[in-house]
Amino acid sequence: MILSVEDVTVSFDGFTAVDGLDLAVEEDELRCVIGPNGAGKTTLLDMICGKTRPSRGSIKFKAHELTELIEYEVTRLGVGRKFQTPSTYEDLTVLENLEISYPKRRGVIGSLFFARDAALMDKIDEVAGRIYLRDHLGAKAGLLSHGQKQWLEIGMLLMQDPELLLLDEPVAGMSPRERERTAELLTGIAEGRSTIVIEHDMAFIRMIAHTVTVMHEGKVLAEGSMDEIQADPRVIDVYLGE
Amino acid sequence: MRQRARPPAGLLLIVALLLAVPFVSDGFREQLIAKYLCFTFPAIGLVLVWGHGGILSLGQGLYFGMGSYFMAMFLKLEAAAQSNTGSALSQFYGSSLPDFMVWNSVEVLPWWWRPFHSLLFTIAAIVVIPPLFAFLLAYANFRKRVGGVYFSIITLALAAMASIVIIGQQGYTGGVNGITDFKTILGVDILSDRIKRVLYFITVGTLVTSVLVVRLMLASRTGKILVAIRDREDRVRFSGYNPATFKSFAFAMSALLAAVGGALFALQEGLASPSLVGIVPSIEMVIYAAVGGRLSLVGAVYGTLVVFSAKTFFSENFPEVWLYLLGGAFILVVLFLPTGLAGLADKLVSLLRFPRASAPASMSVRTAPEDIDRPVELGSAPPA
Repeated sequence: MILSVEDVTVSFDGFTAVDGLDLAVEEDELRCVIGPNGAGKTTLLDMICGKTRPSRGSIKFKAHELTELIEYEVTRLGVGRKFQTPSTYEDLTVLENLEISYPKRRGVIGSLFFARDAALMDKIDEVAGRIYLRDHLGAKAGLLSHGQKQWLEIGMLLMQDPELLLLDEPVAGMSPRERERTAELLTGIAEGRSTIVIEHDMAFIRMIAHTVTVMHEGKVLAEGSMDEIQADPRVIDVYLGE
Repeated sequence: MRQRARPPAGLLLIVALLLAVPFVSDGFREQLIAKYLCFTFPAIGLVLVWGHGGILSLGQGLYFGMGSYFMAMFLKLEAAAQSNTGSALSQFYGSSLPDFMVWNSVEVLPWWWRPFHSLLFTIAAIVVIPPLFAFLLAYANFRKRVGGVYFSIITLALAAMASIVIIGQQGYTGGVNGITDFKTILGVDILSDRIKRVLYFITVGTLVTSVLVVRLMLASRTGKILVAIRDREDRVRFSGYNPATFKSFAFAMSALLAAVGGALFALQEGLASPSLVGIVPSIEMVIYAAVGGRLSLVGAVYGTLVVFSAKTFFSENFPEVWLYLLGGAFILVVLFLPTGLAGLADKLVSLLRFPRASAPASMSVRTAPEDIDRPVELGSAPPA
């Protein structure tokens, strides 16, 4: 087991966003989390990656207790996060965005004397090829299209090479064609690491998922394969509809 | 970025101009320019920390003041040791005290003045204490995620406090008069024309070195992370960096630059004064950087020189309204030249190169996938 979330609760101003949640993710597993808006899905990811501190409970990543750590410490342990809106560094070029994401020498002094070596350039070239941006290495990220920005962010995660990858609605706002390409990209990326994906698009989930967790009002409502989930009357009632 | 892509023509030009100054102008103008140059250091620091790091410091006068006071303390102790004025009193007290201490009935040299007998300690203090103080201050704030305008106000308040403390503690600091009236460094007369010229060239040399070092810093990965933090601090944490240390580092570097400028100022003007520590001088330093263009290091040098020249010109020719004219000029720059003189120079250069289009022509980006072949114009919606 690479990630184990135990009895985690968090409230904001009296509103309990996540309520006594348990979740276990195995190595190399690709887990989809679905649920209606406000079910606490994004909050769950926020707690895993150190952005939000739970008021109760424990989150263990390998041997590390994550609830005590802040974002960059969690990231350095090998947890990568992709946000709902594309988050790239718009004033930097595609190349620089990828370079910054390279997980080596991340202190001030280390970065001051960081030199691009052949290994880094090879890796950048490989990643840029995978995210269809090899011809745009010199372009500022701010000039890319919406879909390209999403891909660049995925590329930044590839550079980071995390053991646990958290993806928040990776195909939101994409055209059907971009969706397909992204699904392809993501299944490639998920190989050899554990991934948690939050998504609304059921067709997309069917394309990629192993196990699906349904969240509702801060709790786990159901867990199982896609077919089991779609047959579950409680899930149909709160989320899928008829 | 624009900074690095461009050949350093601006830098070469300003160096040539500055080196020519002693040969084409009289001593008075040379002295003025030497003085102006000292203020280019805090302006360069602001380009680093404000332009690229997004941290607006309204209190760089504090670090400029540290540099100038440390230097002046050393020079004053040397002057006191040689001086005949007040020697009867100081002999009475058994040590050679700076004159203002004698006038204020301070009988013993305070312990924190003593190390400034040593030039080595003084230089170390100038390059270590301001950046160290700045780093600790900044880290305490940024670690708790206090930033933006709140941090600006803290820097402003500290500069104001420093000038109030200096004025209030007259016996230890020289009060509102500052520390002045010293003539030698290690026995060499700093008021002679020859030494003034040497100091002028030292200032130009230090300035060029500073610009080049900060340039390298901005070109390094640290510089890129700084820009990334300015635009998306939250995202940087998820790339595994601690933004607090990077921001504090940039702030410490800007403090170091300001302190070096202050020390050179004390040497050349023979003065460390609380009027260069408080809010007004600190905000003026921001104006130098803004007029020059806050993303351009060389721009900051031009900006400082232009603002000072305007100040001198307006005050000599319109003594009653010069401050309004200066303020008006600043407002015009902010309104119409958000990238300052450096932005204006860039525009002129691109106009000369591409007479028909003022913007670079290749502004469209092709979408990558083979299935979408048409280029996407900037600013238009992504392909649906």
